[in-house]
Amino acid sequence: MRVAEDLNAALHAVMDRQQDLYLLGEDVLDPYGGAFKITKGLSTAYPGRVLTTPISEGAITGVAAGLAPAGDRAIVEIMFGDFAALAFDQLLNFAAKSVSMYGEPVPMRMVVRCPMGGGRGYGPTHSQSLQKHFVGIPGLALYEVSPFHDNLAVFEEMLARAEPCVLFEDKVLYTRQMHQVDSPFSVEVSGGVARVFLDDAPDCVIVAPGGVAHRVVAAMRSLLLEEEIGCTLLVPSRLYPFDVEVPAARHVFVVEESTAGGTWGAEVAHHVHRRHWDRLAGPVTLIHSADSVIPTASHLEREVLVDEADIHRVIRKVVRG
Amino acid sequence: MTSLLERAAAPGLDDADLSLMLTIRAFEHKLLDLFGEGRLNGTTHTCLGQEYVPVALEPLLGPADHVFSNHRGHGHYLARFRDPHGLLAEIMGREGAVCRGVGGSQHIRRDRYLSTGVQGESLPVAAGVALHLSRAEPGALACVYIGDGTFGEGAVYEALNLIALWRLPVLVVVEHNGIAQSTPTAAHLAGTIAGRAAAFGIGHERVEGFDLPAIRRRLGPLVARVREGAPLVVEFATHRLGPHSKGDDTRSAESVREARDADWLAHCRAARPEHVGRLEREARERVDAVAAEVAARPPSTWVRA
Repeated sequence: MRVAEDLNAALHAVMDRQQDLYLLGEDVLDPYGGAFKITKGLSTAYPGRVLTTPISEGAITGVAAGLAPAGDRAIVEIMFGDFAALAFDQLLNFAAKSVSMYGEPVPMRMVVRCPMGGGRGYGPTHSQSLQKHFVGIPGLALYEVSPFHDNLAVFEEMLARAEPCVLFEDKVLYTRQMHQVDSPFSVEVSGGVARVFLDDAPDCVIVAPGGVAHRVVAAMRSLLLEEEIGCTLLVPSRLYPFDVEVPAARHVFVVEESTAGGTWGAEVAHHVHRRHWDRLAGPVTLIHSADSVIPTASHLEREVLVDEADIHRVIRKVVRG
Repeated sequence: MTSLLERAAAPGLDDADLSLMLTIRAFEHKLLDLFGEGRLNGTTHTCLGQEYVPVALEPLLGPADHVFSNHRGHGHYLARFRDPHGLLAEIMGREGAVCRGVGGSQHIRRDRYLSTGVQGESLPVAAGVALHLSRAEPGALACVYIGDGTFGEGAVYEALNLIALWRLPVLVVVEHNGIAQSTPTAAHLAGTIAGRAAAFGIGHERVEGFDLPAIRRRLGPLVARVREGAPLVVEFATHRLGPHSKGDDTRSAESVREARDADWLAHCRAARPEHVGRLEREARERVDAVAAEVAARPPSTWVRA
């Protein structure tokens, strides 16, 4: 099953199971079913609870933040995650704050879905990975879709958190297969973290969100075959708060598509340094896209975005010197 | 003509309304005094001059209705709950604070009352609450207090559009006091608030004066229609007597004098000096007692999640 189909099936299941759940977004009604077709069929199956909205990211996020404390639940689709910038006030100053600023916990069962990432030639304002801008907000949890995590379980976990969640969905994942990892690698999921590993103890550990997992696995394969470097990949479903036990390894890398500066990886690195400084051969290495806007033309876009060759090159250099 | 009549009929107030308005007035003066004495933390925005607005609306709202307030919300809270102890404890960070001292003056939640400190932010949230009410509790509404300055925020228009489009039971109360912090309406608002409501096909009523019974008679049927999904913008032409927050009043002496001349209390005093004077004293004594009692309480406690 492709990731887009799994997401769509998860939304159907969660709408079916939770009768107080609304889904709001632009162009989400059938027959269009959302810009990336993730909401296809939902408005037909759940008319009245699937609401198409004006082009008003701030207001629809605010509507979700009003439904939540009134006792309902809501999932908001931001057409391109880049437009979550227009909903930032509602997320930062109202939804996340409401969890605690009124002195007693206020349940805020809402998820804002943000299709992110480049590689499709959509240009500077439709290709970003904005995860880093949402890190460190009290009361706001960040998740990312991965090919290894069952999306229904992730939705149920987010809606049970009683605090607003942002779900990042890398657009290039939509057409990829779920749960697919080829030999000699194995995958297992435990405690919200997917682990892609070899039978032998690894030379290095890579932490990466779901959106770049397949690029990392491709690099792991070439590193193994060409360099005999064995890697373990950890893919957390929840990016923040980050609470992942990184196994002891001399080299740790964090890979993400974000452009340089103030990255999620820097937050992860700090976490790993504090826990494991004495076991590391050197500081955690951050692998990400360049410090740049995301160009539209494919040859220019490729220069900016992190890819499997970048991952291979950096890891080889750090491990082999 | 209605507005002229209402303006002329200033003292159409019964003692219960008047006492509540005077309690709010005394509460706000007490806050400014406490600030002057260095006994309050942070800042506050008083509603001096605007006390009658929530008092006028209170009988038109029911317990199932949600009220959304803003940075200048003490009157809204006191009109709804008549709880000066809880509010002052919140502002002073004392035991018994409505929100344990976390929210302070601008961020209060109690039952179906909620205030936030960012302009315009509450309108989309109120739309969400009204969506819930329209399905789960038909007949209940969401009442949102905003000011003339709030109309600078894009969130207002996104929300008005949704409210009109989805026929949500939202009552938008605009306290048009003619000044946004230090900027007069003429310098921040093109066109009119009526025109902006009209752009969305939302009804608009402008209320002048403070003849509360007349205001209630006029708004009563309109608020009943809000409950049926005909949203409404009610614009109160009002006056802010005090500074924006504490000592930041840069208005000319003339415009402050105009605001004072238009003050409901000045009209009430002129009409019934002894009676109003007695009620004023009683309100001040009540608030003095509240302040003395609350100030003596231990600090509020909050356990972070």
